[in-house]
Amino acid sequence: MRYVGQPIDRLDGVAKTTGAARFSAEYPYPNLAYAALVHATIARGRITRIDTGTARKTPGVLAVITHGNAPEMKPAPKPNQFDMSTLAAATSVNYLNTDEVYWNGQPVAVVVAETLDVAREAAYLIEVEYAEYPAAVDFAAEEGNARPQKSTMLSEADGRKGDAEAALADAPFALDLRYTTAQVNHNAIEPHSTTAYWDGDHLILHEGSQNVAWVRDHLAIRFDLPKQNVRVISPFVGGAFGGKSFVWPGTVLTALAAKVTGRPVRMMLTREGVFRTVGGRTPSIQRVAIGAQLDGSMTALIHTSVCQVGRTGGWSEQVTSVSRHLYDAANIQVQQNLVGMDLLANTIMRAPGESIGSFALEATVDELAYELGLDPIELRARNEPARNPLDGKAFSHRLLMECFEEGAKEFGWAGRPQEPGSMRDGRWLIGMGVAAAYHPAWRFPANLTVRLSDDGTVLIRCGLHEMGMGSATAVSQIAADALCVPMAAVTVAYGDTALPDTTTAGASSQTASVTASLLAACAKLDRAVFTLARKTPGSPLRGLRRADVTARDGGLYNGSRGESYHDILRRAGRASVEARVGADTRLGEIADQVRSMSKFLLDRRRWVKAACGAQFCEVLVDSDTGETRISRWLGVFDVGRVVNAKTAASQLRGGIVMGIGLALTEETLVDPRNGRIVNASLSEYHVPVHADIPVIDVRYLDDPDPTMPLGVVGIGEVGVTGVAGAVANAVFHATGKRIRDLPITLDKLL
Amino acid sequence: MRVNVIVNGEAMTADDVWEGESLLYALRERLGLPGAKNACEQGECGSCTVYLDGIPVCACLVAIGQAEGRSVVTVEGLADGESLDEVQRAFVECGAVQCGFCTPGLIVQAHSLIASTSGVPEDAEIREALAGNLCRCTGYEKILDAVRLAAARKAAL
Repeated sequence: MRYVGQPIDRLDGVAKTTGAARFSAEYPYPNLAYAALVHATIARGRITRIDTGTARKTPGVLAVITHGNAPEMKPAPKPNQFDMSTLAAATSVNYLNTDEVYWNGQPVAVVVAETLDVAREAAYLIEVEYAEYPAAVDFAAEEGNARPQKSTMLSEADGRKGDAEAALADAPFALDLRYTTAQVNHNAIEPHSTTAYWDGDHLILHEGSQNVAWVRDHLAIRFDLPKQNVRVISPFVGGAFGGKSFVWPGTVLTALAAKVTGRPVRMMLTREGVFRTVGGRTPSIQRVAIGAQLDGSMTALIHTSVCQVGRTGGWSEQVTSVSRHLYDAANIQVQQNLVGMDLLANTIMRAPGESIGSFALEATVDELAYELGLDPIELRARNEPARNPLDGKAFSHRLLMECFEEGAKEFGWAGRPQEPGSMRDGRWLIGMGVAAAYHPAWRFPANLTVRLSDDGTVLIRCGLHEMGMGSATAVSQIAADALCVPMAAVTVAYGDTALPDTTTAGASSQTASVTASLLAACAKLDRAVFTLARKTPGSPLRGLRRADVTARDGGLYNGSRGESYHDILRRAGRASVEARVGADTRLGEIADQVRSMSKFLLDRRRWVKAACGAQFCEVLVDSDTGETRISRWLGVFDVGRVVNAKTAASQLRGGIVMGIGLALTEETLVDPRNGRIVNASLSEYHVPVHADIPVIDVRYLDDPDPTMPLGVVGIGEVGVTGVAGAVANAVFHATGKRIRDLPITLDKLL
Repeated sequence: MRVNVIVNGEAMTADDVWEGESLLYALRERLGLPGAKNACEQGECGSCTVYLDGIPVCACLVAIGQAEGRSVVTVEGLADGESLDEVQRAFVECGAVQCGFCTPGLIVQAHSLIASTSGVPEDAEIREALAGNLCRCTGYEKILDAVRLAAARKAAL
């Protein structure tokens, strides 16, 4: 392969460094109007009066839309696993079509004006009165109301092997610990933004999205339109991390505002607006208990969790997933629980479940190692399973211990004194910690077309999403190799519902999903072109068998006999040849979904597939103030094949930095009295900055997974897993203190 | 009011502008220059960094009235036609760009840091200078690489 695996510059790099890239709030339209939201200030209740008089009279205001005058919209559909697009609704609330308030921050009015400042000023002038209902908004107080989560086809919420409680009671060594993690928010740098306009009964939307087909399908339902009447355009997405997977209120209300005013309307949420209307990662309460023999072999592993969901929606995180796969315990019990709250629906965020679940599990394993007097890596090696511990399924590929070995060598792990508090540099206590990283591999159906034109260029049309990962660059590399053409000849059209529906850019699945279809389409195209060449009179390839012919240098050749794609198509009188994967009819789509779902389930019955890795961390803790700084980091990963060495390393590194935020600084504070987020800004919600982060060394083993297309496992999320565990373990090694509550802020260390 | 600003060397005007409106809004919505990004509107994230009379500022914190008659350079003004500035080139080559939303602000800030430093700045200096520019994607490392590379190339000119 000429391109796959190489550190190739991303194709959109120039557009993004010169300011030429257009994000969703940057499409100019004549007569553009601006919208601003008014947010509810109670958690649960009903609007009893809403005074919009002064707002309406403000010069420049075009419309003030409330439940009193909003056009009727259809409600969000009930979730149905056989029609994935029904999962697109982030909440079940029919915004501005109801006087009920379900969370503190729910939009209760939209102001549309000639300028953004006028829209905002008028929004401030709207007075709303409420009748308040009792509301459950304090997560810590609601723990007792949690109920077992139900398993679904996509996510297993419980599991059991043997009798873990009994084995724990009998174990010579046992730990039974409680962990808590705070709510955190994605805080993609681009706030959610929509530019919408109506052309008759067609709705056109510029929207930063991880799933343009879902946005289209959802809006078609809400506005009662055929889905071909809705177009969603999203070539550039300014970060997402799960926060742009579902359809949140701002999107629906911008389309509504454009409908009411008959103007193109832009709504770019303020950072506060993002916190109030786009869910974050659930807080969690977790129990991890491990029983072990004197030699460290685990006899019992119990991992349970309590997370929240909003009453009008919310995505349950697979917090205990790591405990299904990481350690070969004789008895295992995992159980996830949920409690419904009168808060904004939480949602998926980078490695939903594994990011926080691995914190609790990996901190407990570290604690057990210290109890037993074993090196934490040695303890892991003694419990490394040959097959999936919970159910005995085969691993498709797993080089976890190889990651630990390489990491230990590179990081200088063996040389450290194991005694906590034994390394010091002046005021700074020094500690080293390690943890496993783990994220399941996923693959979903993806449609696309590949077209070869008579000028030798290749066009891939594919509704994939580019939130920064380098998806289009990776797809170009793969296609160029598959067709043996120069990368410069390949163009990828993406981020638009005018293109074939791809898949969600989530669960680290997009590259694997698209690759499978892309390779199939390229093979189809190759056959079609060869057949054309073989049959065309005068062709040098006439009469040859495919096996006699090699694709190279942008053409088909048998030794020196053959010709370029350009010549093959010209000779045959064809302007282009196209191959398609995926149906283009509704019936075909349903058949495809059923087929792929059964394939997916069969595959899952057979294999456990995942990316994994070893996270090594060194911290400095100020012995006077408790301030914790990360001084060194090394992550070694097994992520199957790496398609682009340049973009892959940044995906992993970015995950690690997000994990450092989760471990040390990030916390969305919800007022326990009224459910209002009190730090809805980047000044009070602390994302790690340049000066917080040391050199982060990232390595990967680059060993393809034999069961995945091209051996690709998925790279977007594994980087964040294990990070908080490694930090907490390093903090213990520095200070002798076990902090089991994230984030590890300095007050907890004093 | 009518606003007169020199943007990227070109005299520009906008009419019927409220003087309290931000420079960022005026650039993005009135002058057709959406390169500077809007992400926090409180000077926390640095995505809207532009030069104002040669000094990097958060355009979200500058009222357009304050920019009257002054010179603004945005990310759109750094390249010389098709030829990228060294900082832009280094960001692409080093993989310092991901989603691209923080990139314009970072490039202007890095451009200013390099312009005010002789030779290649120390790592600690770079981290401190760019601490006001949040990035959620890259993990920062390659931004550091890009700044070092651009500084070295500029120093060699």
